[in-house]
Amino acid sequence: MEESSKRSEQRKEMEKERKKGEKKRRKEEEEEEEEILIFNHKSAEKEKEDEDLSDSEDSVFSGLEDSGSDSEDDDDDDEDLKVDQNLSQQVKKEEEDVQSSLKKKDEEEEVKRDEYEHDSSDEEDIRNTVGNIPMEWYKDFPHIGYDLDGKKIYKPIRNKDELDDFLDKMENPDYWRTVQDKQTGSDVVLSDEQVELVKRLQRGQFGDVNFNEYQPQVEFFTQEVMLHPVTNRPADKRSFIPSLLEKDKVSKLVHAIKMGWIKPRRDSRDDSRGRYYDLWASEDTSNLARHRMHLPAPKIPLPGHHESYNPPPEYLFTDEERALWEQQDPVDRKFPFVPRSFSSLRLVPAFPRFIHERFERCLDLYLCPRQRKMRVNVNPEDLIPKLPKPKDLQPFPTTQSLVYRGHSGLVRSISVSPSGQWLASGSDDGSVRFWEICSSRCLKTVQVGGAVKSVAWNPNPSVCLLAVALDSAVLILSPALADRQVVLSSDRLLSAPQEAEPIEGDGLVNWSDTEGEELNQGIRLKIQHPKAVQQVAWHTKGDYLASVMPDHSSHLQVLIHQVSRRRSQNPFRKNKGLVQSVSFHPIRPYFFVATQRSVRIYNLVKQDLTKKLHANSKWISSMAVHPGGDHVICGSYDCKLSWFDLDLSTKPYRMLRHHRKAVRSVAYHRLYPLFASAADDGSIIVCHGTVYNDLLQNPLIVPVKVLRGHVITHELGVLDVTFHPTQPWIFSSGADATIRLFT
Amino acid sequence: MGGLQKKKFERGSAANYITRNKARRKLQLSLPDFRRLCILKGIYPHEPKHKKKVNKGSTAARTFYLLKDIRFLLHEPIVGKFRDYKVFVRRLKKAYGKTEWSAVERLRENKPTYKLDHIIKERYPSFIDALRDIDDALCMCFLFSTFARTGKCHVQTIQLCRRLTVEWMNYVITSSALRKVFISIKGIYYQAEVMGQLITWVVPYQFSHDHPTDVDYRVMATFTELYTTLLGFVNFRLYHSLNLIYPPKMDSKVEMDQMEDDDYAMTSESNSEKLSALSASLARAVSSAEEEEAELDQFPVEGEDIEQMEAKEKEQKQQKLFKGLKFFLNREAPRESLAFVIRCFGGEVSWDKSLCIGSTYEVTDETITHHIADRPNIEKQYINRYYIQPQWVYDCVNAKMLLPVEDYFLGVNLPPHLSPFVEEKEGDYVPPEKLKIMALQRGEKPANEEEEEDEEEGEEEEEEEGDEEEEEEEDEEEEAEEKNLKMMEEQRSQGKSLQVKVTPGKVKAENSARLEEEEKAEEKRLAIMMMKKKEKYLYDKIMFGKKRKVREANKLAAKRKAHDDAEKSKKKKAKK
Repeated sequence: MEESSKRSEQRKEMEKERKKGEKKRRKEEEEEEEEILIFNHKSAEKEKEDEDLSDSEDSVFSGLEDSGSDSEDDDDDDEDLKVDQNLSQQVKKEEEDVQSSLKKKDEEEEVKRDEYEHDSSDEEDIRNTVGNIPMEWYKDFPHIGYDLDGKKIYKPIRNKDELDDFLDKMENPDYWRTVQDKQTGSDVVLSDEQVELVKRLQRGQFGDVNFNEYQPQVEFFTQEVMLHPVTNRPADKRSFIPSLLEKDKVSKLVHAIKMGWIKPRRDSRDDSRGRYYDLWASEDTSNLARHRMHLPAPKIPLPGHHESYNPPPEYLFTDEERALWEQQDPVDRKFPFVPRSFSSLRLVPAFPRFIHERFERCLDLYLCPRQRKMRVNVNPEDLIPKLPKPKDLQPFPTTQSLVYRGHSGLVRSISVSPSGQWLASGSDDGSVRFWEICSSRCLKTVQVGGAVKSVAWNPNPSVCLLAVALDSAVLILSPALADRQVVLSSDRLLSAPQEAEPIEGDGLVNWSDTEGEELNQGIRLKIQHPKAVQQVAWHTKGDYLASVMPDHSSHLQVLIHQVSRRRSQNPFRKNKGLVQSVSFHPIRPYFFVATQRSVRIYNLVKQDLTKKLHANSKWISSMAVHPGGDHVICGSYDCKLSWFDLDLSTKPYRMLRHHRKAVRSVAYHRLYPLFASAADDGSIIVCHGTVYNDLLQNPLIVPVKVLRGHVITHELGVLDVTFHPTQPWIFSSGADATIRLFT
Repeated sequence: MGGLQKKKFERGSAANYITRNKARRKLQLSLPDFRRLCILKGIYPHEPKHKKKVNKGSTAARTFYLLKDIRFLLHEPIVGKFRDYKVFVRRLKKAYGKTEWSAVERLRENKPTYKLDHIIKERYPSFIDALRDIDDALCMCFLFSTFARTGKCHVQTIQLCRRLTVEWMNYVITSSALRKVFISIKGIYYQAEVMGQLITWVVPYQFSHDHPTDVDYRVMATFTELYTTLLGFVNFRLYHSLNLIYPPKMDSKVEMDQMEDDDYAMTSESNSEKLSALSASLARAVSSAEEEEAELDQFPVEGEDIEQMEAKEKEQKQQKLFKGLKFFLNREAPRESLAFVIRCFGGEVSWDKSLCIGSTYEVTDETITHHIADRPNIEKQYINRYYIQPQWVYDCVNAKMLLPVEDYFLGVNLPPHLSPFVEEKEGDYVPPEKLKIMALQRGEKPANEEEEEDEEEGEEEEEEEGDEEEEEEEDEEEEAEEKNLKMMEEQRSQGKSLQVKVTPGKVKAENSARLEEEEKAEEKRLAIMMMKKKEKYLYDKIMFGKKRKVREANKLAAKRKAHDDAEKSKKKKAKK
């Protein structure tokens, strides 16, 4: 590096000088060219000198190193190298000779002949001057080249054909020693000496007869110490005084050894025999934190019967299993190999993935994070909650006892009369049927002319009325299935004088008395709504009736009718979502409205919202209010049933996911602590739900019975469910056009 | 409030973990060196609980190490050696480039090396720790010892592995520590009990390996480096615990006998080869005769100790399983494995002289009791010995008793070879062969096979009759039976195996019982409905696992039955 930098510096200086020179030249234009030339020459010479200098420096250093290494380490190698160099030099010389001779040949015509008198290679040219060219160039010509004057040199006339040649061969005694000179094209008869020479060369002998191949060797250097020196030259001075260079070199080595840069040679013999010793001789029981925290790698699982070379036949794969194994992703396979069976040990081949498996183990060992996982051995029986036995929670419906047949369409809605004697059902076939519960006899059928969406029996036991929702009308039926007193009182209620026309919902709702055929059937009143009615619900007193008309875009979804005064009103001014069902509070003036996601509770007296319950479900399908009025259950289409404790929270106290499919209907029993849910999977689940008066105690919910019986038709199972008002019985109506009673 | 504002990711879990790249930079090592260091020191990555927190908000996939581990690595002297090696390589390259061969040679001689002794001691503070972890070391050494001596790894490594594994096998023979052997399709598994530790290793079959291209042999070599060191120290300690001379030597008496063979090769070479022949006992530091005779004094024992004593006695019995038996191995039988196993259990073994060095007696020896061959037939058979297939030896070891030889004669269809590592729990499928062996172990004599078959047939006929009677009721009770089956499955899954049979006389009594059961089942079903979501999930998972197990066991049983039926029908056809 330093040298190069020096050089570059020198070059810079040189250039400076040159520039100076140029400046000078500009100044002294009168000066002659020769001088400038000389100047340039000088600078060039200087440059050369510099380079030489640097080279010499290099060589000095390299030479030093070389000599040092020679003296130190391997003499033999270097000697070989030297020999090689000598050889190469010789070869080079020879090559040069050849080249020079060639050049000379090329130039021969320009140079005088005398110079080549002794050159044997030129002797041919004395005979022929065509030059050193391939003779086949002139194969088809009569001449073989040109002489100095440019005249053709003709080949000797040869018109021998094969026959002549043959005759010549037969007759000429010298034929065997006749050769054709390619250069001149003439035949030459070899002399005896020449023949002899050829023979000798063929035998591999020297051409010269007198040459002795086996001359005694004269040894120049012998092992014997000679009396006199080989040369008479006096010894150099440097052979007497110690070499400074060597001293320098040695001191450098010594320094390097001292500093530890060069290490003395290690003994190369194998120390494996003494490599091992008792490592754990002094068993110190130092329990470091490091060791406590250490997680030993898990051992490889031990092989099972599958891996045997001769497993029992049941462990071998069948064709299907094998196909499955081949289809599976290598990660998903239960075994990384196919079990195979061999009849004897000598037939077992090498396992192709052996090295892979070891390698994967290695990767696992150093690449996999380790973690201590606490695996609790749980007894699954312990996970099952301890609940009171259903036996102790009786009574509840257990068996199907009656089936009410008669409808031809799916039965959407059923209702039991407050006396507990009659059952009303509305179906898609456009009829409302009245059944006697105990005998399952259909007492009355009313054709209403449209699919019945909902029926609701007036809960007031002193009247006998049924509200029926179909299309966009609500009908009030008086089936006359009670005492005379009751029938009369219900008639009185319906025929109450129309004092004033309703103020609210003026143009919306049209109250009308029915006549003729309809009246004969028992239909007494028709309340015409502007939209399709989905559900009707009575107030406990039996005077007020709520109807639901689900609509996304309108605030007119719920109407409350007063039957005695034939008045209707729309209680809500705003649309708060699609109303699914409504219900009156059994005791207090509250009104429950279930929208898609939540249940709103309104105070009818104060006319404001008291509570909003969030059912954690997607779409509420039905709602039921506990007879105590403090609890609400909601069924939803996403199979859930949520129990709200109104005193506790606005979030469900319990979410029950008992059903497999959408819950269609839920119901509370009026007297017994029972509730039921019916779903599209055709099952009714009856649960025990005790509610305590003590506020600190949560309701106890225990499923007690799963009732099945309805046939699933068109993906629909049970559509409505309701309890008997006094008995622990449950009615259900299904899509299979039947109503069933479970007792 | 005041105080300094808390910065994110400066405390808590983020400060406890470090990514691999950062660790590498901290240690100033290249990735291969870091990998090597981790392998040697046994440092493995950790999975943080909150990956995003540790990853400073990013969710990119990264490998995390514990910062403590990396700090621990900082003080490792081997790291310095790695750096030295890097310098060495650089110097060597330079010398090559300058064609300074003397310098190359000098550098080569001073190639930096390192020792792993302190790492072994540090990783395994006690000898038992080392023994516990020696499984992988053995597997790896046995694998490397089978490599061809070309490419892939250094010849010295292969030789060292071979030496160490031979030493290990010799130790196992001398201490008769072998417990179980299993011939699998992968290789031969051995399990030995050394100082109370169960050690399992697998030896590949003796074939040349088809070296895969997607395996990084550098990783394997690093592991082998560590494992050879570990195994060497363990061997040393084990040999000294038995008063054996460590670089193992043959017993001098035996050596005297074999002096004639010594023209075979150089003494050192032949010595190691003789060792690997596993046929001779090893030299002891203290003469062995006294030791063997010294027996433990018998103390009166109580209660639990008796069981232990019995187990010990059994073990001792197993250790002398082949005592007094003389084996001769035909040339096609796997010599090393068989010699190892037979010698472990006190048998004498020999083979053809041309097969391997170290044979002790000839084929013509009259006292040979068992001749192990793996070919359908042998032309010249001697009268007073059994000609058996090699599986007999392994099965005997696993059964801990000498099995009847008849099933293993040459040309006979071998009984299945079962894994000794499987311990069937209740409800698991147990192959019938295992049951047979268990019966033999209990001392019951196997009934004559033909009789057995007759019995089975008789049973079947009875069953068929019973079926006919039952068929009448079946229609009525189909549903109930299905339920019953389900119940049975459930009970099976709970670990009980009930044999419920419907007999015509007891219909009513069963009905009541069944009603009760049904009631209970429904109760349970209803209770399950009331489970919390989390518990339900767990419960379902457990039950699914149990059911799957039952299903698998049933499947195996069905498969076996189908197979047996097919065999039987074949036999019948053959008879006709």
